[in-house]
Amino acid sequence: MQKKKLLKKIASYGVEKLFLLSACVAVLALLVIGVYILVSGLPGMFKIGVGQFLFGEKWSPSEGYYGILTMIIASLAATIGAAVIGVGIGVPTAVFLADIAPKWAVRILRPAVELLAGIPSVVYGYFGLVVLVPFISNTFGGAGNSLLAIIIILGIMILPTIINLSELAIRAVPRSFVEGSLGLGASRMQTFLRVSLPSAKSGITASIILGVGRAIGETMAVILVAGNTPQIPGSILDSVRTLTINIAFEMSYASGIHREALFATGVVLFAIIMILNFTLQAVLNRKAGTRKRRRAGVKPR
Amino acid sequence: MMKKYDIIEINDLNLFYGDTQALKDISVNIKSNSVTALIGPSGCGKSSFLKSLNRMNDLVPIAKTTGEVMLDDKDIFEQGYDIVALRKRVGMVFQKPNPFPFSIYDNVAYGPRVHGVKNKKRLDEIVEKSLKQAALWDEVSDRLKDSAMGLSGGQQQRLCIARVLAVEPGVILMDEPTSALDPIATLKVEDLIHELKKEFTIVIVTHNMQQAARISDETAFFLMGEIIEFEKTSDLFENPKDKRTEDYITGRFG
Ligand SMILES: Nc1ncnc2c1ncn2[C@@H]1O[C@H](COP(=O)(O)OP(=O)(O)O)[C@@H](O)[C@H]1O
Ligand SMILES: [Mg+2]
Repeated sequence: MQKKKLLKKIASYGVEKLFLLSACVAVLALLVIGVYILVSGLPGMFKIGVGQFLFGEKWSPSEGYYGILTMIIASLAATIGAAVIGVGIGVPTAVFLADIAPKWAVRILRPAVELLAGIPSVVYGYFGLVVLVPFISNTFGGAGNSLLAIIIILGIMILPTIINLSELAIRAVPRSFVEGSLGLGASRMQTFLRVSLPSAKSGITASIILGVGRAIGETMAVILVAGNTPQIPGSILDSVRTLTINIAFEMSYASGIHREALFATGVVLFAIIMILNFTLQAVLNRKAGTRKRRRAGVKPR
Repeated sequence: MMKKYDIIEINDLNLFYGDTQALKDISVNIKSNSVTALIGPSGCGKSSFLKSLNRMNDLVPIAKTTGEVMLDDKDIFEQGYDIVALRKRVGMVFQKPNPFPFSIYDNVAYGPRVHGVKNKKRLDEIVEKSLKQAALWDEVSDRLKDSAMGLSGGQQQRLCIARVLAVEPGVILMDEPTSALDPIATLKVEDLIHELKKEFTIVIVTHNMQQAARISDETAFFLMGEIIEFEKTSDLFENPKDKRTEDYITGRFG
């Protein structure tokens, strides 16, 4: 009896430490990657000159020009565009799935979304190349390889992330909140907009952040439809080169300062993702309430 | 005190969840400005009955109701009956305190806002009045902007009552409102119910017979979907007419 108890205690202690260790591994991995990128990328950035590097418009390694402004702009534009599509279509779809959809619609939509999530990015790229690019070219003129193509492809790619996580968040809103609201004479729509959505906002925020993170980091699908010209896009029909493309394209043969410049591109990409995460989190949380409310969250006491 | 009259007349109310009948031929009248307690073993249909009175059962797709619930001489189950108006008039307090994850102020202001009150000053007034009515004002007046989730269970339940009061109902339904509270918080809510009865009609489910005896004017004893006995509370507890009522209140079953 006594021994059993002791064993149990040791086991639970062990499991607890194991979980802690797993959590540490994740944090450690993040740290190692972060430090590695910084160490290998920062020196190059300083050699080139931080201003030169970040705000230079010309990228021409053979001539010694290493400016990535065009790519920063392209990456940001592509990500923002994709987020607009992803959020604009994804969040309403999640709402529909979680709250409104009849069973048969859910039976069609849910597997469709899951399938979408399982498609490898190169296939998205291929689809973009053979379907979307010619379509854009025929409809709007130009080559078709364009910022617009990237935005559409990325927008579709991040849909499953946003839909699945947002739906989960909305479904997790306690039924008692909904009943409380309906019991006060609020309509279903009012209940949804004023209670369910605000209660689910941290989950929806997370879904958007993950979606955006995926969009800005995506390489393979983008390479195939971007056109890859390092220029500041005058319109969404222009060919562009994103930060990810720059690295993937040239890393295999780059050496010396060129190689370091590519690492530095990685630093910028990393920094942009971090900044995007923090601002998005701050903005979306501020909109719906005070700090205190956020801290209280939706956790039942 | 106001003259008491029958505010809700229930005639032959039957409720089915799919094939199971949860309420059988219920015909009772609920008096205004009084507390009506519903007692009975769990699963006997008390909550179902309560939820029929503001049509919260509409949320259960398989629920089907027959019979009448007359409120102000109109059957609430009639085609085209205004449910928003019904739920404003007949408010509900749930078993587990369920404040929204908003500030205290926003919780109370929720109902009025939903029903179109926008004026800030007017909302301030409603919030203050409702919190005072719910005997919560003194405890929270200096932290109205704090999250309601930070309140104690008893405070949360009084907040939920304030939230209902803010839409100026006539009838308040309470489903075991103190079952999740400690004894002191329970007493506070009971005192509050006693106060509220002056202005409101209260129907309360309780599994606690002392509570029913303490706070109610009339008591209905439910058993397997039927009302076995519906009497003045003192009569029902001291002089039960039905053997089953007697067995239940003396603790011989249930
Ligand atoms: N949403 C529901 N769906 C199906 N059956 C239900 C539902 N709610 C209650 N019931 C059934 O109706 C009967 C009465 O339940 P309820 O009104 O909750 O009783 P009480 O509140 O007295 O404990 C029970 O048999 C219960 O299983
Ligand atoms: Mg019940």
